[in-house]
Amino acid sequence: MSTATVEQEPASKVDLAESGEGAGAIQEFTITLKVRRYDPERAEDAWWDEWQLTMYGTDRVLDALHKVKWEIDGTLSFRRSCAHGICGSDAMRINGRNRLACKTLLKDLDTSKPIVVEAIKGLPVEKDLIVDMEPFFQSYREIMPFLINNSPAPSAERLQSPEDRARFDDTTKCILCAACTSSCPVFWTDGQYFGPAAIVNAHRFIFDSRDDAGDMRLEVLNDKEGVWRCRTTFNCSEACPRGIEVTKAIQEVKTAIIARSL
Amino acid sequence: MTATNSEATLPSQGTEAPRSGRVDPKYLRSNPSKGAFEMWAWLFMRVSGAALVILIFVHLWTNLMVGDGIYQIDFAFVAGKWANPVWQFWDLTMLWLAMLHGANGMRTIINDYAEKDSTRLALKSILYLASTVIIILGTLVIFTFEPCLVDEAGNLLEYAPSFCETAVN
Ligand code: HEM
Ligand code: SF4
Ligand code: FES
Repeated sequence: MSTATVEQEPASKVDLAESGEGAGAIQEFTITLKVRRYDPERAEDAWWDEWQLTMYGTDRVLDALHKVKWEIDGTLSFRRSCAHGICGSDAMRINGRNRLACKTLLKDLDTSKPIVVEAIKGLPVEKDLIVDMEPFFQSYREIMPFLINNSPAPSAERLQSPEDRARFDDTTKCILCAACTSSCPVFWTDGQYFGPAAIVNAHRFIFDSRDDAGDMRLEVLNDKEGVWRCRTTFNCSEACPRGIEVTKAIQEVKTAIIARSL
Repeated sequence: MTATNSEATLPSQGTEAPRSGRVDPKYLRSNPSKGAFEMWAWLFMRVSGAALVILIFVHLWTNLMVGDGIYQIDFAFVAGKWANPVWQFWDLTMLWLAMLHGANGMRTIINDYAEKDSTRLALKSILYLASTVIIILGTLVIFTFEPCLVDEAGNLLEYAPSFCETAVN
């Protein structure tokens, strides 16, 4: 019924090559997955397990972990929820670097060597890749990660200029995965440091023009375990799966504390 | 009272709910620190570092580059410099800033690397003692330095700087 003048929608919006193998062209390879296991009910010390797996070019480290858990060894334990880089539950040490397993493609790693997966460092390991996140969230709670405004609640939203909104845009992206805090050598030492993630989330409110409690948060972070323990090693910025400029945010909080004191 | 844990408290902001008390005690911070010592220490490292760049490079340049360079450095050269109040002040500032800067840097390193409070205390005690001795000794030397040393007979020692001859005669 359609007339010749109406342009036809293509059958698919994805351009598939005329020739070639289509989906069959996805590369397939064998990997060795090496995971640091820990289960106090089975053994006192941690041990390493290795599995050979056939994986595909579209697979991530999380898919490899799933394959083991679902098809080989159901006792392997790790956290994941969204599987798409949103919830922040599957930060782990992959080949020595803190990454989200769900955002790390296997093909981007060196598949000729074993892919080494460990729990993030500096927090108590509970089982396999699962750590106790409570100390991390305790620091987060201490910086009061919620809007505090002394004026009566308006009937509509609190307005803010685009410039004011942009001031803290970077630090709104945090998903609380703890990749930054558990990559920080100062945090590893004794776990007393508030850690990058707490500072990032304080930054989120300190530089929000609608918030009135910036001073209180600066006071919390002026502690001897606060921002001054940061040694600008940039591990946190490198680790953040959200690409937040973590070290820069910490420096901005330092500057704000000094500016307030002088 | 040890610096960590035994006196640890949860914050009283009412934000500890719902799962407080479950935090491994190793991670609890002791009471919030008073004052802003760490802020001033941090600021001091930057300010003293900037001052040290000038102090150290002028020091190296006058000692090693000007005149006969490294061949000029002997007892008389040092004595000559310290006869001048400007160099006395220069070296004193350099001594104090470098020592306080270095000691504070070492303090930070100890805080970062020592895992036990007892190790921290021991290392810091050594550090503070050594730094105090060096600062006091250095300051004394700069102010009480005697360039025109004489032997038992009252004659100038041969390595005394030339200005001593006029001073003694
Ligand atoms: C030449 C000029 C100098 C500059 C610009 C400078 C600058 C700095 C700065 C900014 C820091 C703090 C680093 C941080 O907090 O992460 C630092 C640390 C330190 N400085 Fe200096 N400094 C200088 C000279 C010296 C000298 C002469 C000494 C030795 C007496 C020294 C010993 C230290 C030590 C031990 C640390 C701690 C190490 C560290 O933080 O990693 N510095 N310096
Ligand atoms: S700042 Fe980045 S690395 Fe740190 S907790 Fe937030 S998302 Fe994770
Ligand atoms: S599983 Fe949610 S971020 Fe990876």
